[in-house]
Amino acid sequence: MNEMIAHLTPALPVILAGLLAAATPWYGLRKAITLAGPLLAAAMWFAVAAPGTYGVIEVAGHTLETFRFDATSRLWGLVFIIAAFLNALYGLHGRSRLQDAAALIYAGAGVGAVFAGDLLTLFFFWELTALASVFLIWASATPSAYRAGLRYLVIQVLSGVLLLTGAVIHADAAGSWRFDAIGLDSPGGAVILIAFAIKAAFPLVHNWMTESYPKATPFGAVVLSAFTTKLAIYALARGFAGEDILIQIGVVMALFPVFFALVADDLRKTLAYSLMSQLGVMVAAIGLGGQMAIGGAAAMAVASVLYKGLLFMTMGAVLAQAGTVQASRLGGLWRAMPLTALFTLAGSAAIMAVPLTVGFAGKALALTAFAREGMDLVWLALMAASAAAVLHTGIKIPYMAFFAPPREGGVDVSKVKEAPAGMLMAMGLAAFLCVYLGINYGALYDLLPYRATYDPFSYGHVISQLQVIAAVLAAFALLARLGLYPRPRPGEILDVDWLYRRLGYGVARWGWLMTDRLWASMDNVVMRLGKRAAARLHETFSPIGTLSRDIPSGALTIWTGALLALVLIVAYFAS
Amino acid sequence: MIEAFLALFPAAVLAQAPAIMVAAPMLGAALATVLPGGRPAWVVALFCSLITAVFAFVLLFQTWGGEVISYAMGGWAPPLGIEFRIDGLNAPVLLLLGVLSLLGVIFALPSVADEIAPRKQSLFYATFLVCLTGLIGVTSTGDAFNMFVFLEISSIATYILVAMGAEQDRRALTASFNYLVLGTIGATFFVIGVGFLYMATGTLNMHDMALRLVELDDNRVVQVAFAFVIVGLGLKAAMFPLHVWLPNAYSFAPSFVTAFLASTATKVAFYTLIRFIFDVFSVEAPFVSAAFVWVIAALGVIGMIAASVQANFQTDARRLLAFSSVGQLGYMLLGLGIGTAAGVTAGVLHLLNHALMKGALFMALGVFAIRYGVRSINDLRGLGRTMPATASAFSVAGLSLVGIPMTVGFVSKWYLVSAALDRGWWWAVAAIAVSSLLALGYVGRLLASIWLQSPPERALMAAKDRIPVMMLAPMWVLAIANVWFFFDATPIVELARGAAEAALAGAPR
Repeated sequence: MNEMIAHLTPALPVILAGLLAAATPWYGLRKAITLAGPLLAAAMWFAVAAPGTYGVIEVAGHTLETFRFDATSRLWGLVFIIAAFLNALYGLHGRSRLQDAAALIYAGAGVGAVFAGDLLTLFFFWELTALASVFLIWASATPSAYRAGLRYLVIQVLSGVLLLTGAVIHADAAGSWRFDAIGLDSPGGAVILIAFAIKAAFPLVHNWMTESYPKATPFGAVVLSAFTTKLAIYALARGFAGEDILIQIGVVMALFPVFFALVADDLRKTLAYSLMSQLGVMVAAIGLGGQMAIGGAAAMAVASVLYKGLLFMTMGAVLAQAGTVQASRLGGLWRAMPLTALFTLAGSAAIMAVPLTVGFAGKALALTAFAREGMDLVWLALMAASAAAVLHTGIKIPYMAFFAPPREGGVDVSKVKEAPAGMLMAMGLAAFLCVYLGINYGALYDLLPYRATYDPFSYGHVISQLQVIAAVLAAFALLARLGLYPRPRPGEILDVDWLYRRLGYGVARWGWLMTDRLWASMDNVVMRLGKRAAARLHETFSPIGTLSRDIPSGALTIWTGALLALVLIVAYFAS
Repeated sequence: MIEAFLALFPAAVLAQAPAIMVAAPMLGAALATVLPGGRPAWVVALFCSLITAVFAFVLLFQTWGGEVISYAMGGWAPPLGIEFRIDGLNAPVLLLLGVLSLLGVIFALPSVADEIAPRKQSLFYATFLVCLTGLIGVTSTGDAFNMFVFLEISSIATYILVAMGAEQDRRALTASFNYLVLGTIGATFFVIGVGFLYMATGTLNMHDMALRLVELDDNRVVQVAFAFVIVGLGLKAAMFPLHVWLPNAYSFAPSFVTAFLASTATKVAFYTLIRFIFDVFSVEAPFVSAAFVWVIAALGVIGMIAASVQANFQTDARRLLAFSSVGQLGYMLLGLGIGTAAGVTAGVLHLLNHALMKGALFMALGVFAIRYGVRSINDLRGLGRTMPATASAFSVAGLSLVGIPMTVGFVSKWYLVSAALDRGWWWAVAAIAVSSLLALGYVGRLLASIWLQSPPERALMAAKDRIPVMMLAPMWVLAIANVWFFFDATPIVELARGAAEAALAGAPR
């Protein structure tokens, strides 16, 4: 019995805390529960003496491995637990019982999925993340958030269904439900890859993310950004490491969202696109395979949970305090929210991969792996993506929100107050981790799946990264100084990118215009087709439709006769 | 435990168990007719359904492990006399009938008092008991013509029960009339089929018939009989496209009647389909195996998609669930059409599980109706706030209907998918996935309306009279069963497996 308790999955306390929180109306007690759940899980994580598979249960003839603690899962598990704790801290002032409970159950499901040793357990937690997280979007309680949430739910559940289908096929072929390297050799593997691809927000199936994250509550977006996509990265790293196709997908994924991130007016939308771009680098690294690249992907995932979480937290704080995160209505907030501004800068530094931040430690490993393999073109593309990250996230986010001159008719800075203490503590802790793990990168590398003997602070790498950052910063500073840096205005996206045109992004503008038009006309076609199909369905199936008309009983007998004929014909030809 | 339970009864009672099952509600019906008011009649109904529930367990335990009980009615030995034959296949169905009629009757008192005029209540309970008699008779009898008689007894009682909804909504009368016409056609087809079989074999006892049919595989008369029986029983079971009577009947009948019919009547008709296809006809006969693929599985798949789509477009909650029932029957038919032991297990498993889900859902709708009189989906809005407990039970059963893990719906879909994969029917798996997404759509609409929209003003103002525990308790029993049997799936899976074994064993050949 003791054995059993000692080796329960850390997901359990987090999910239980979520269920308890759902049933606890008293604010103080509920907050204590939300903080205690992740702490307990962390204690359980540290209590594990040796890697191995624990928490094996038998259900209906299937062996479920609920707690596989090995080199890959322990890192993700730990970072998810840390993220769950930071989120709980961030939500300390939230009054919504629904959100507290949903966030914890969702986080616990993420932890559970990471520690799942077989595909069935993985599927269970995979679906649970989908079901729990949608409430964080719905909690916004606007009609558009409601619709976005529904679409989110459908596509997430679809991912789960595909996972189950693929798992059944795969288990049939492989003779085992274990979740190890799956590969693309069997049809099951391909179906599972699609399921993972949806959660990882591969291009063309990414819209659920960029649509719903900006519509979630301030707290909800923070929680959402931490788990779903990183869980998918984990699953890819475990199941499909070294599949070449992932390199190409990853490169497209890293570059494709850049333009959207640049022009988005909603800063949380910018963050969502930027997250997608970062995920692209990780996917490419997984596709490369090999110890170094997988290690790099893992380190980047950890870094991304921390700095993306931090940036979503700061933007959530801005949304909560100033009432908007539209770049066109913000500016000059550093006077009102100095600490938040400071933490934003830490997060930006990390996403720019400034040396001595966790972003650098992660990205260096991943990119060097490509350089060592001699894949210069891929390396160059990923480098370009990270240069773009400097611009669209590293500079844009802090500048637009905090340092740009205040806007006419925008948010009145003098009326905005600093974020509450819980938010500040969470942001401070995340910012500290971003810097701490950048300086003491050994602590991070020690946890990687493969022990990395790599020094990110090599001369060449530091210099090249600094050059990139410096070049972009200098160009930006000059333009800002001359007052040429444009102010995003809603609906006038073309205004924004004349800056990039001047910097040599003329192609980008053309590309954006074209994509935009193409997109619009595609939308039109799809919408028209969709409308027509919906109308047809409605005509047929609705309560006033063909199939529901009150048919006279006589006509119904014809159906009966027709069916009789069918059976007779089948029977006749069968014998 | 089984011995201890059976030891409670004297041997003479145990020997007469099949007769007691059917006699208790029949005599109860006669008694209820002459009682003056609703409440005494209800007590009789409660007592009778309690007896059926208890004896359903008795019969289940007696047949546990593959025993077959052959009971000669009135001492006339089969095959000439009427035989009641209980085996692993119909014992679970009898159990379903017993337990759900008991829960239903407990639920009925407040609901019937609300919806039926006082002077008609005793007749209402009497009709209910007649219907129960018919259903039990259909399930237990081993005689084909006797089955037709009981089928008609239950059906005619059902028409009356549906028509009783006319006090709430006059459209119940046309619904009942349509049901009557179609139900009679179904019964006629069935009896024509039985007539052909009699012509070919010279016997009406189903077991005897099966033995003689073995030599008659190529006989055209037998094939025609097969077609008539399948279509007749398919109509009773609301097999797509013969389901047209069902949505109206379910949406206009009194709440209790809908809950009872949805969880028992079509299930019994489905049982008769299994009995005839597997036990009377031979699975090996080419015309039967062809019908599996081209009629039963095909109609099952078409039905589960088309009816689910139609459910998505409904505005009335009960109608939505009625179309969902037609769709869910598609799953059972598909399991049957797969034709293997695993397939039949999945079909019977879904039959049992679906009774649990739909019972809970329709009871919850009945509770909503008694408090606020709501019926359309739009009216359900905000019930999560005004009636959180009932709304939770509704949600649990609804999620089970979708087949979310941790509910019993997942278990039966699981078995169904495995069975389809065993036969390599990829298209069936794809259809199940599509239909599950559609189910998510229509259940999502209900749940979204209940939990995410704010209640109308007057609902918040309305006086909160307590919902009778008698309505809540059966609903919760079923809702909890939906979760319980996921974690402890062994009992129902064993029941289903036993049923499949009994069905496939068929007649000794």
